[in-house]
Amino acid sequence: MGAPSPDADLQAFLLRMGDSCLILGHRISEWCGHAPALEDDIAMANVALDLIGHTRLWLELAGEVEGAGRSADDLAFLRDADGFRNVLLVELPNGDFGNTLMRQFLFDAWHVPKLRGLSASSDTRVAGVAQTAVREATYHLSRSTDLVVRLGDGTAESHRRMQAALDRLWPYTFDLLDVDDAETALAAAGVVPQAAEVAGAWHDHVEAALAEATLVAPADGPEHRGGRSGFHTEHLGYILAEMQFLQRAYPGAVW
Amino acid sequence: MYAQMVRSDAVRVRSLEEMDPRERAFQERIDDGQKIEPKDWMPEGYRRTLIRQISQHAHSEIVGQLPEGNWITRAPTLERKAILLAKVQDEAGHGLYLYCAAETLGISRDEMYDQLHTGRAKYSSIFNYPTLSWADIGCIGWLVDGAAIMNQVPLQRCSYGPYARAMVRICKEESFHQRQGYDILVTMCRKGNDQQRAMVQNALDRWWWPSLMMFGPPDADSVHSAQSMAWRIKQNSNDELRQKFVDETVPQAKYLGLVIPDPELAWNEERGAHDFGEPDWNEFLAVLNGNGPCNRERLGARQAAWADGAWYREGLMAHAHKRAAGVAAE
Repeated sequence: MGAPSPDADLQAFLLRMGDSCLILGHRISEWCGHAPALEDDIAMANVALDLIGHTRLWLELAGEVEGAGRSADDLAFLRDADGFRNVLLVELPNGDFGNTLMRQFLFDAWHVPKLRGLSASSDTRVAGVAQTAVREATYHLSRSTDLVVRLGDGTAESHRRMQAALDRLWPYTFDLLDVDDAETALAAAGVVPQAAEVAGAWHDHVEAALAEATLVAPADGPEHRGGRSGFHTEHLGYILAEMQFLQRAYPGAVW
Repeated sequence: MYAQMVRSDAVRVRSLEEMDPRERAFQERIDDGQKIEPKDWMPEGYRRTLIRQISQHAHSEIVGQLPEGNWITRAPTLERKAILLAKVQDEAGHGLYLYCAAETLGISRDEMYDQLHTGRAKYSSIFNYPTLSWADIGCIGWLVDGAAIMNQVPLQRCSYGPYARAMVRICKEESFHQRQGYDILVTMCRKGNDQQRAMVQNALDRWWWPSLMMFGPPDADSVHSAQSMAWRIKQNSNDELRQKFVDETVPQAKYLGLVIPDPELAWNEERGAHDFGEPDWNEFLAVLNGNGPCNRERLGARQAAWADGAWYREGLMAHAHKRAAGVAAE
């Protein structure tokens, strides 16, 4: 077995981006019609729609780089859980609306610096997708940050819920900021930003916002990792069973 | 059309001669085709009828997110998922414009929610039916949005300005919704396999009659309809619109290779229109009275969304007060 080719590294990275957007878009869309205010129903559908749009762009490019003729739909609907490369954070259940917003905030704070770095990628196809996505992701971050601050520093009850959400989700931020050899090699080639830069921007943003929200990140506890090697939580299998149902039940059908 | 059987408070429609001068002047403005605006004088019955109709319409948009939302996570392709998300988002947006239009009549959104959650306000009967397959998403776009457009296009000329203007924007989006629904069915019926065609026929069998019921009960002796027409809140009768819907839909079903589940359906050369069977009005009344297949689930979902979100809304308000107090102290 030879060393992974640059294309295999890039494909794995593109799947990580596309799968993370797809699974988070799926989770958020579960809120449709159930959000605590009409404006939030609209906003959640809008964020989900942006993420599904990003998914299509990343997965199309992943299929192109792979060169085996797989479309974005083939990748989304016909892989099993161990083929998915999304960050673990996005597959966690929605919980209450506060938990959903905290998950979004932690993700957006990673997504934006990642996309900013990718906008300057030496691979023009990657830069093109990132430049399209970063505008929407910046809006997502500004909304989720604002809401986390308000709810953290709102009532005693909203504070309690946001702190519980942070405690629950924090262990998965280690996976979010994890690096592997493939990504290190891509960073060296200028295709993706240096992981340390993204992690630095994430820490700066998250720490400032949490301080304003009067919330405290846990000092210890588990440090989960595994999304980038296809080692997921138990939740992903159920998401895929639901999401892929029609493509699996009616193989080859046109929709 | 998401407003059915809206009560108008009228026992019968009064003639101009029977009205006091102010009401007569109001009616003459309407007869003259002028728009009534929020600050204009209006009879209490007109105001109450509009509040009932617009809020019922808004509630329908909001509850209507649920049956379609049921398939977003199972949409068969990324493109279909994105289109369905956009459509459901539009519906929430329609709800928002309509609540705002109703607020110009002196009722708050919270009061309207309360009426919905306590069962005092209705929403369209159609959303109390389940979405059982992907073909249902196509049928909702084609039939339900199709019936909605039929009713909403004339509402753009409604006598109440804010409602009429909200309808202009809503109608543009509804026509996109209908096309997306029909496109799902064209793909399934004309490019799909036998299983998919059977899935569409099954969906049509379930959605046909409830769609005809969307236009409301037959016109005969409907005093509420007559008063709403005199006020130009309503422009066409239930039966006229139902006929128009059937006449437009039959050739579309034929193009899809589907059979409309009505043995009485036939072209009437003399009338230049289709004859068709009578919907089961007992079923309609049962659904309207809370006893349809999904009434409890739909209302329960809205009640839960509101109750579970109370801490969230209170948290945001508390923070806003803290900020305002902080600014005041500086």
